[in-house]
Amino acid sequence: MSIHPDLLHLLMGIGAILVVASIAGYILQHRFSPDGSNSAIENLNERIRAWWVMAVLLAIAFIGGRTGVILLFGFCSFAALREFLTLTNARRADHWSLVAAFFIVLPYQYYLVWSDWYGMYSIFVPVYVFLLLPIVSALRGETDGYLVRIAEVQWALMICIFCASFVPALLNLDIPGFEGRNVMLIAFLIVVVQLSDVLQYVWGKLIGKRKIAPRLSPSKTVEGFVGGVLSATLIGASLWWMTPFTFLQAGLLAFIIAILGFFGGLVMSAIKRDRGVKDWGHVIAGHGGFIDRLDSVVFSAPIFFHLVRYFWSVDLPA
Amino acid sequence: MPKVAIAPRKTSAVKMGDAPDGGNARGGGRVADKTISGFARRSLARAFAVVVTLFARFVTAVRGQWVGNEPSRKRRIYFANHTSHGDFVLIWIVLPPRLRRKTRPVAASDYWLKSKLRSFIGRDVFHAVLIDRNKETRTEDPIALMQDAVDRGASLILFPEGRRNDTDAPLLPLKAGIYNLAVSRPHIELVPVWIENLNRVMPRGEFIPVPLMCTVTFGPTMQVAEGEPVGAFLDRARDALLALKPARNGSASP
Repeated sequence: MSIHPDLLHLLMGIGAILVVASIAGYILQHRFSPDGSNSAIENLNERIRAWWVMAVLLAIAFIGGRTGVILLFGFCSFAALREFLTLTNARRADHWSLVAAFFIVLPYQYYLVWSDWYGMYSIFVPVYVFLLLPIVSALRGETDGYLVRIAEVQWALMICIFCASFVPALLNLDIPGFEGRNVMLIAFLIVVVQLSDVLQYVWGKLIGKRKIAPRLSPSKTVEGFVGGVLSATLIGASLWWMTPFTFLQAGLLAFIIAILGFFGGLVMSAIKRDRGVKDWGHVIAGHGGFIDRLDSVVFSAPIFFHLVRYFWSVDLPA
Repeated sequence: MPKVAIAPRKTSAVKMGDAPDGGNARGGGRVADKTISGFARRSLARAFAVVVTLFARFVTAVRGQWVGNEPSRKRRIYFANHTSHGDFVLIWIVLPPRLRRKTRPVAASDYWLKSKLRSFIGRDVFHAVLIDRNKETRTEDPIALMQDAVDRGASLILFPEGRRNDTDAPLLPLKAGIYNLAVSRPHIELVPVWIENLNRVMPRGEFIPVPLMCTVTFGPTMQVAEGEPVGAFLDRARDALLALKPARNGSASP
């Protein structure tokens, strides 16, 4: 698969942004935290380094085409599921359910996406796994907290496997005049969601006053939310050239993606508060776990997929 | 630097398999076998250690955290809760690489010498100090084996519960061995270590691990106080371990 010029432009653009960010981070550290004592600046630089790794991995996956993207998101699903199930009440009686979740459900869902069997990958987890997996746990006869346990596992599978797999599923959409460029849909989704997250943080730091959900996420403010979503919408609209959408359509989809991403982050924060942890994990320096970085992508991917499929794709059954 | 790790290996002249306890060489340093098969065996053991390490990281994404303590090249006795055969692997992984090579787990010979593969993993890969838990049949005193390993420059990983804990209690009663060892070698620091979640990764009797995040928490150094009786010390050690156990909300059944 050759690299489409649009993808090349986008990757160069992201590279340029990261170069600017790295230089800014270096100057900040040089002037205000030469001995590494300012934790905010250290965290910023850790985050920028992690962004480099993520951008490079994503670029490699994009250049690797369909298989590369599926493998990358399959691994993200694995890491996210590992973080999520760590915080659940799953116990010894659920051992085989969890083994099945990791080693059967996860690979099979991504295989279904890879083989482009829409009719199956869109119902496999919500129908088949939903009905079959509780049987495995029930057969062990442990009834303490049974409903909580099976509900937690199903929730983990929906979020970490099912919803996440709709990012690579974007490659399956048949959009007239857009053949061979579907990877740009993934790029559009991820760029809008992640910039929305970053810009909400920046706007919040600059003019944030009123807290939007103090109990869930003390750093989120109304000003940050509005500023972040609106600027992400504008950026999304200005990326219309790499999508099958017009300027306005791209803006509207970016708006929906940013809103969903925001509330996705809020929902996942509520779960963290419930379980008394600050981050989902510790794998990505400066960011926490995979879910901390993926929560907003996971919430927006399936709805973005279905909107594009309904309005732009041609393979709808008659 | 690996100097410290290599030193005890060179001092030992005992060849693999020569010692009556199966190469344990009274718990001494690394066994140096200069033959070609010895070299092959060591290379295989190194490769195996890398594979085990990668696999354990893949499954557990294990993270070490030091609370009121720092990694140190001093000889130490790390004592930890014991819930799985993989316990010492996790501690070993989160130690800085230069400390790993001189840190030896203390493990039960009745388990680790049962098959050729186990004995290869226990002795060659992780260089365990193998002790016999059976008082009737054993020929060597476990404490003497541990003292010998320490005297040769090794740090030890010890599980003072004496066996894997598969009960719902966080910790089984601690055995007195750690006290006896510490009293006989009073200059050595004792470091409590809590391993969280590994029992959920691989519960007793299961053979496929479930990937879940694990943490290994190192607590502040402790020592046996002057004239401290065994019971008081074991209580203190037990409290030091439990203090490292992470609290978690949201349990389904209280």
